[in-house]
Amino acid sequence: MDDLFAARSQMALSLGFHIIFACIGMVMPFFMATSHYKYLKTNNPLYLDLTKAWSKGVAIFFVTGAVSGTMLSFELGLLWPEFMLHAGPIFGMPFSLEGTAFFIEAIALGFFLYGWGKFKPWFHWFTGVVVGVSGLASGILVVAANGWMNSPSGFDFVDGKYLNIDPVAALFNDAWFTQALHMTLAAFTATGFAVAGIHAYLMLKGKYVDFHRKAFTIAIVFGAVAALLQPISGDISAKDIAVRQPAKLAAMEAHFETSKTAPLIIGGIPDVEAKEVNYAIKIPGALSFLAHGDFEAEVIGLDQFPEEHHPPVAVVHYAFQIMVGLGMILVGLSLLYFISLWKKKNWQIQRWFLWLFVLATPLGFIALEAGWTVTEVGRQPWIIYEIMLTKDAVTPIPGIRYSFFIFTAIYISLAGIVSFLLYRQIKAVPATLAQNSKTNADS
Amino acid sequence: MLYVVIIFLCLALLMYVILGGADFGAGILEIFTPTRMRAQLQNTTYKTIGPIWEANHMWLIIAIVILFVGFPPIYTTLSVHLHIPLALMLIGIIGRGTAFVFRHYDAYQDDMQKVYDFIFTYSSFITPFFLGLIFGAAVGGQIDPEAMGFYEAYIHPWFNLFSVSVGVFTVAICGFLASVFLVGEAKKAEVKMFVVRKAKLFIVFTVLAGGLVFAASIIDKVPLVGLLLTEWITVGTLVLATLAIVFLWLKLQEGSKTLVRLLSGFVVSAILLAFGYHYFPDLIILKSGENLSFFNSAAMGKPIDTLAWALLIGSLFILPSLFYLLYSFQKPKSVE
Repeated sequence: MDDLFAARSQMALSLGFHIIFACIGMVMPFFMATSHYKYLKTNNPLYLDLTKAWSKGVAIFFVTGAVSGTMLSFELGLLWPEFMLHAGPIFGMPFSLEGTAFFIEAIALGFFLYGWGKFKPWFHWFTGVVVGVSGLASGILVVAANGWMNSPSGFDFVDGKYLNIDPVAALFNDAWFTQALHMTLAAFTATGFAVAGIHAYLMLKGKYVDFHRKAFTIAIVFGAVAALLQPISGDISAKDIAVRQPAKLAAMEAHFETSKTAPLIIGGIPDVEAKEVNYAIKIPGALSFLAHGDFEAEVIGLDQFPEEHHPPVAVVHYAFQIMVGLGMILVGLSLLYFISLWKKKNWQIQRWFLWLFVLATPLGFIALEAGWTVTEVGRQPWIIYEIMLTKDAVTPIPGIRYSFFIFTAIYISLAGIVSFLLYRQIKAVPATLAQNSKTNADS
Repeated sequence: MLYVVIIFLCLALLMYVILGGADFGAGILEIFTPTRMRAQLQNTTYKTIGPIWEANHMWLIIAIVILFVGFPPIYTTLSVHLHIPLALMLIGIIGRGTAFVFRHYDAYQDDMQKVYDFIFTYSSFITPFFLGLIFGAAVGGQIDPEAMGFYEAYIHPWFNLFSVSVGVFTVAICGFLASVFLVGEAKKAEVKMFVVRKAKLFIVFTVLAGGLVFAASIIDKVPLVGLLLTEWITVGTLVLATLAIVFLWLKLQEGSKTLVRLLSGFVVSAILLAFGYHYFPDLIILKSGENLSFFNSAAMGKPIDTLAWALLIGSLFILPSLFYLLYSFQKPKSVE
């Protein structure tokens, strides 16, 4: 394992880990606030229990997200000092704003978690909403910083020097909106389906069905709306990168040769040596249409780029197929849910229906990780697109693989502990509920 | 605008050392607490630090972001040459952040608690130790960008007596802050006695560790003592800090909660200010004798200006809500 590969692996692992916790941490507060709102409106104690149960999840995920985010702010320098030396002042704006948003989120979370019975109910509710809104703002800002790496702007690159820096122009780079939109919807989809799946499973177990049904409904409505909007956002993204980062689109589609009426390649095994894709379904002209809105349009292939600037085609292609495939399954399930809501109420209590959602629990997050792989691996070999190569940015300190091994061990144990905690939280829900309903009856 | 950024960086570091330090110190105290007192201490810690502890750690992120946006050469030099202690500090940060929450949010109270306690207490010790060590290494004059060998480039800059002594001193300060902070919170006489004793112990420890830093600076030939004595502001501030410690010692038992806390905050701020004044504007002193300072490392122009505006606007949101948070959880519970 050479140092560059070790550094890339450590960064991928850290981001892959952070992204899950950050997404849950920014979406769950909205579920929590919705349930809290319903409680304040209806006075149904089940909603109070649900709000409290979810707020524990929010706390666990917030901390894991915050800690893994703190690590990333150090790792940027520990692994990519040459990148940060030049990029820091240019794309720092979203990070400095994110610091504020995150700080507000932490303060609001302090109010919310420790504020039961201390504040007026609607003020307390409001602090929960602030947690969600500022978490969302943090997410969008961080993605804008990543957008800058894909679409560097806000400076002039003259003879290897970065001149006329304009951090505001860097923040509003060409990629920020498409990426932030896609990521936000992905976060809502993935978290919505994951939370709904867990509650669907608990409904199947037959205890506290009322409670879990309320939880399921809130989560799935958020998840399904986001999942249905996601293809639109995906289309905007595809048209954007077709122009801005054609090499990435070419790798996603394993599109080796520039051509008009380019086919959409679904599945298949890319053969990079022979520059072809075996066993794939090809739809003539569909790629041209998706990329440029015209079946005849020319789509730039990898042949337009020197070989040393090609992204790893197979990884990007597979990741893209996984993302789209799973996204489509979730769209299907979302439609199914809305049909059940408007036409077939009785489906919602059927076991097959609930089982479908249980099986879909991890799909959103797998799609999200796959999408992240597409955007990050698809940018390679560049760390700043067409400005700086990843291999020129890596730290000079040798032995990064040991650091990678240690942090891998830490992340695996953290993931293990968090899953264990959640398992115990979920297992304990009936006991807490019984206790709460007793207290409610007493008071 | 550069000064706005510098003030925010110093403020973030000061807040991190004081608030975050009290937080680390609570974990350090637990190491020295007999089992029978532990549950009560943990409970007190959780009640006082719980609501604000997430916010405490944001100060570190703010400081890091200011460094990499405003002073990138400083951020990257530290990242490269102090890679190892930074990574170790990170492990400490992960350990304590997660263990603190896990032990509270685990739905069952069983043997897992011992695991969380173990991680929490030891990472509370490791994190400030390496934080201090990094401060020490930054100004210790052993970082050498020209060094070729692995040991000279990546180990020696921080693995020396001076850096280690600053690490120990930081641990002492954290224990001191936490024990003084908890004196005001302890309700039962037994707990109060215990915390007061620990606070006195940590005062002694802090003074000794401070002496160690000066001794180490002489041994490692870090020009600290000689220079300190020629600056009357530095000397004056340190004398004030010493007087405040003596006064604090006397008032620890009977003094009001606010008084002892303010005194402890004053002591630590004064020490930091004295050193800050002494080294200003340099952040890193290299082996060659050249320095990376606020002035020669700043990304002047728009990067610094927008950063300053972002910080100013951000603080309009952050500071009032932070103070309200601190205030809300200080006053006695109204309902419940």
